[in-house]
Amino acid sequence: MRAVWRAYLELARVRFLAMLAYRVNYWSGVIIYTVNIGAYHFFWQAVYAGRQELGGLTAAQMTSYLAVAWMARAFYFNNLDREIAAEIRDGTVAVQLIRPYSYILCKLAGALGEGLFRLLFFALPGLALAWLVFPVRLPGDPAVWAPFTAALALSFGVNSLFNVITGLLAFFLLNNSGLMHAKRVAVDLLSGLYLPLGFYPEPVRTVLGWLPFQAIGYVPSLAFAGALRGEALARALLLQVCWIAVLGLLAALLWRLAGRRLVVQGG
Amino acid sequence: MTRPVIEARGLVKEFCKHRSRPGLAGALLDLLSRRMETVRAVDGIDLVVRPGEVVGYIGPNGAGKSTTIKMLTGILVPTSGTLRVNGMVPWRDRQRFCRTIGVVFGQRSQLWWDIAVRESFRLLQRIYRVAEEDYRRQVGMLAEVLELADLMDVPVRKLSLGQRMRCELAAALIHNPPLLFLDEPTIGLDVTVKLRIRQFLRELNARHGTTILLTTHDLGDIQALCQRAVIIDRGRIVYDGSLEALRQAVPGGRGRRSLEEVIQAVYQGALASGGPGGEGGVAGLSGAGAR
Repeated sequence: MRAVWRAYLELARVRFLAMLAYRVNYWSGVIIYTVNIGAYHFFWQAVYAGRQELGGLTAAQMTSYLAVAWMARAFYFNNLDREIAAEIRDGTVAVQLIRPYSYILCKLAGALGEGLFRLLFFALPGLALAWLVFPVRLPGDPAVWAPFTAALALSFGVNSLFNVITGLLAFFLLNNSGLMHAKRVAVDLLSGLYLPLGFYPEPVRTVLGWLPFQAIGYVPSLAFAGALRGEALARALLLQVCWIAVLGLLAALLWRLAGRRLVVQGG
Repeated sequence: MTRPVIEARGLVKEFCKHRSRPGLAGALLDLLSRRMETVRAVDGIDLVVRPGEVVGYIGPNGAGKSTTIKMLTGILVPTSGTLRVNGMVPWRDRQRFCRTIGVVFGQRSQLWWDIAVRESFRLLQRIYRVAEEDYRRQVGMLAEVLELADLMDVPVRKLSLGQRMRCELAAALIHNPPLLFLDEPTIGLDVTVKLRIRQFLRELNARHGTTILLTTHDLGDIQALCQRAVIIDRGRIVYDGSLEALRQAVPGGRGRRSLEEVIQAVYQGALASGGPGGEGGVAGLSGAGAR
């Protein structure tokens, strides 16, 4: 059993190493994260326009919220959907099938390596840079960091499986790039990256409650803001676990169906 | 008689294809309803390969070679027919089955593009769960015979095609599988690399008794390596037997100068109309060339 996980850990490590191969990528990554945090900081400064509070958040809290949301995104975000769709389109998926591992787990392991890389090498330096320039305040309380870490780990699971499913649809659609683009915008918008979900009107929030998006971005952010404690925290984490189970089953099912209709394109 | 390594009976693979109508009006019609067409890429193949054989699997482009290999390696699920390879049903037991085969696709890399060759090998060791001691011995042997020592620390993307193919071969053999599939392994390679790879495969077969099935358009590969040739055309096996018997099976075969010409005659249908079967056997008599 341990040997099985070792192979996937190794896959994660190798992806991490592969990310190190491109130095320009690294520097541009840091800059992109800082610029994003900065841009939204200025945007919200304008929205607050001197007001003390909006939706229960002060301007400084909003900047911190954005900084953390982007940092979290660095870890849970990945391009698994595009990667899988590309492999299906050009037939590389065939090469993956001659290996004694689960294709989906192999992809998730790679995404984990990439996520850790982004977090350590893009987001943390980006956050440090933003911290120097903008009023980003991070809590020193470990009671906040622990639930945040747990929620973030689970967000990775939800988002990655969501990506796997979108990517696997390429088996059935052959061109799913429009779908993937729509998914990406939907995730960023509906997971609270641009603005906290508390800002949405009540009916929208009710609908969002039934969708997996808030299990991606919003739960870690809330945990970080210290808004989730005790039972509320347990419920939020449980919600994430449930989404992982549902999406995981769906992904496995799609993979099963796909195997039957696999056409290796390009000879 | 030893148990066959590969045993296929009536193997069929059909693909569904959309057929587009021509022109703009056709494209608009296609939006409403698409016409489906079934293509039979492999049409009832019988193939038996025994341990230690080196079999050349040849045929013109689009004959169904790659599709066959993909079924034999567990990538594609056959539409019908029975198939057992290494005692398993490839697609059903995929993960367990994969451990017992090695595969090289000449047109696709299996190494990890951005990391050093050594790291790729390490990763494969973990994936195939090769014991450290076995791994060292095997990689040592492969590195020596395929002359990989200088390439081990180079990222794969910086290798030339010849260097990469040598690494691909080594990668397919890290777990020392008893059965090796090669899909056009010498495509695009220069003479030196080609000869070295052929030499390596001969040794591998002689020393470890590795069974090899290879597809190629380079008949030099076949002549250098294979005791047995299986020729497929339009999804059916049209010849299965030794190269020598093939010459005799083709009308006027002995008079032709090169193997190329003999094979070309086969592609043009020299065996199709029930020409002299010869001792090699024609379609359907699978395993006739097996010892």
